[in-house]
Amino acid sequence: MQSLKISLKVKEQILSKENMKLDRNTYKFTDKGNLGNIALVVGIVGLAASAVGYIQDSHQFYFSYLVAFFFWISVALGALFFNLLHHLTRASWSTAIRKLTESMMSVIPFMFVLIIPVLLGMHELYHWTHEDVVATDLVLQQKAPYLNIPFFIIRVVFYFAVWSILTFALIKNSARQDIKHEDSILARMRKYSAPGMMLFAFTLTFASFDWLMSLEPHWFSTIFGVYIFCGVFISMLAFTIIMVRYQNGQGAFDGIVTVEHRHTLGKLLFAFTIMWAYMGFSQYLLIWYANLPEETFWYLQRWEGSWRTLSIILPIAHFGLPFVALLPQAAKRNGNWLLMMAFYMLLMRYMDLYWIAMPTHSPEGINYSWMDISTMAGIGGIFIWLFWRKYTSGAAVPVNDPGLKVSMEYVN
Amino acid sequence: MKLVKKIDRVILAEFGSPKELLKAAEKMRQEGYKEFDCHSPFHIHGMDAAMGLKRSPLGYIVFAFATMGLLGALGLQYWTSAVDYPLVISGKPFFSGPAFVPVVFALTILTAAITAVVGMIAINRLPRLRHPLFSSDRFGKFSDGSFFISVESSDKKYNEAHTAGFLKTIGGQNIEILKDE
Repeated sequence: MQSLKISLKVKEQILSKENMKLDRNTYKFTDKGNLGNIALVVGIVGLAASAVGYIQDSHQFYFSYLVAFFFWISVALGALFFNLLHHLTRASWSTAIRKLTESMMSVIPFMFVLIIPVLLGMHELYHWTHEDVVATDLVLQQKAPYLNIPFFIIRVVFYFAVWSILTFALIKNSARQDIKHEDSILARMRKYSAPGMMLFAFTLTFASFDWLMSLEPHWFSTIFGVYIFCGVFISMLAFTIIMVRYQNGQGAFDGIVTVEHRHTLGKLLFAFTIMWAYMGFSQYLLIWYANLPEETFWYLQRWEGSWRTLSIILPIAHFGLPFVALLPQAAKRNGNWLLMMAFYMLLMRYMDLYWIAMPTHSPEGINYSWMDISTMAGIGGIFIWLFWRKYTSGAAVPVNDPGLKVSMEYVN
Repeated sequence: MKLVKKIDRVILAEFGSPKELLKAAEKMRQEGYKEFDCHSPFHIHGMDAAMGLKRSPLGYIVFAFATMGLLGALGLQYWTSAVDYPLVISGKPFFSGPAFVPVVFALTILTAAITAVVGMIAINRLPRLRHPLFSSDRFGKFSDGSFFISVESSDKKYNEAHTAGFLKTIGGQNIEILKDE
């Protein structure tokens, strides 16, 4: 307990170092702070270290990279979902953090560059790409019309095209609104959001099938996409809470984003922690009950060696603990506690992805590598740098949005 | 706390807008009134704080009952499937955790939901079939487009002439004194 207090105090000191300033009239940054520069350095160092790792052990590199890539694109995709939802429901409370979430999703087109290593490493990651394996495997032969290299690449391009078009459409209109507000701009964003939401659901589902589920091409679970979606939204919410809290700590966000917004973000985080467990359990229950070998092997694989420990810890740590820790209202309104829970949920999210992807790489047990950390730092650094660059380039809030005043005065 | 409190008299005042109502509620609280209520056709943000309402204890009651529902559902399934009438179902153990979860989940939600509804009614001291407010002709408009404050005679600060005068000074109109007939 004492050490927790000390670590919170240290965190508080880092946060309260005022190095970021916001002009109160235009809401533009007069001092952008040093987060972007730190992130860029971490990103470059991380990617360089990972490149060294690639020479050492390319198999480990590709798996580490895939987990790290999916972890970070989750934050951006969650932000895309959040924006679509914001416009679709004409939400007013989230207007004050709209620029923040827009900046998070603005990284999506850049992630297309960062997925290239995954495409280069397909042969190491996905064993359905091995022609000799497919030749002796009846199931893979029948799945070949879907699981083949050209179609896989076409789909990757398609997913990024859909996500990027939606992102551009929303950000472009948001920029137009900054110059001069017209009601038609919000109406147009709403119009994009309805089909956008459906496209998002389809593309995210199939992207999770392609990138994660096809690591074990024999296994199938139709709920897998929803399960991944819950994680995607959790990542985004946790990241947003951290970013909001960071700016609150800097004094830049006072009176704009308050405890009320953080409370609501905390409620959503709590809700989607439950939804994650609901989906994860639904997937498990049906497979456990039917007990069919072509489905159960996926869980049996995660019951081998030290994976077993992780399989037991995951539901408790990803659902049980946060359920209790986020249940009371006071927990969601306490800034430091919520910040800690947001970091914790990001860690859990990483653990979940690791648990999904890594048993294919090391079936005998957990084999944690330094490349897992370096790829996370590399992609994460670049992600935060791009996000921060976009965010600090304009106003921190949509200044001309008629919902802004309502949002700033928002009470739960 | 008596379940049904006797209220003989109520003073009713009408206000022009939600903003006026909010301000008036604030002043009522500052003046020290406790047994008063605001009536509006829709939810007004910040009204709870203006009236000085505390957080409802309902959440804790619901949590307690939900926990009981959870344990009850687990116990019921354990006793029926593993103790009283053990039966092998699709080769699973008598006490098979995953199979019990849907029932546990559903019963937890059910007890929580029922407790929330029944608890809300009980804490609001409902149902109440008689109230002096019902004798007002104007009061029906509260669900339509009017905003009211009512002060019940059970309030310690209740003084018919004084309270009515105070309501007038904070912007109340059409002040009525209603008696339970």
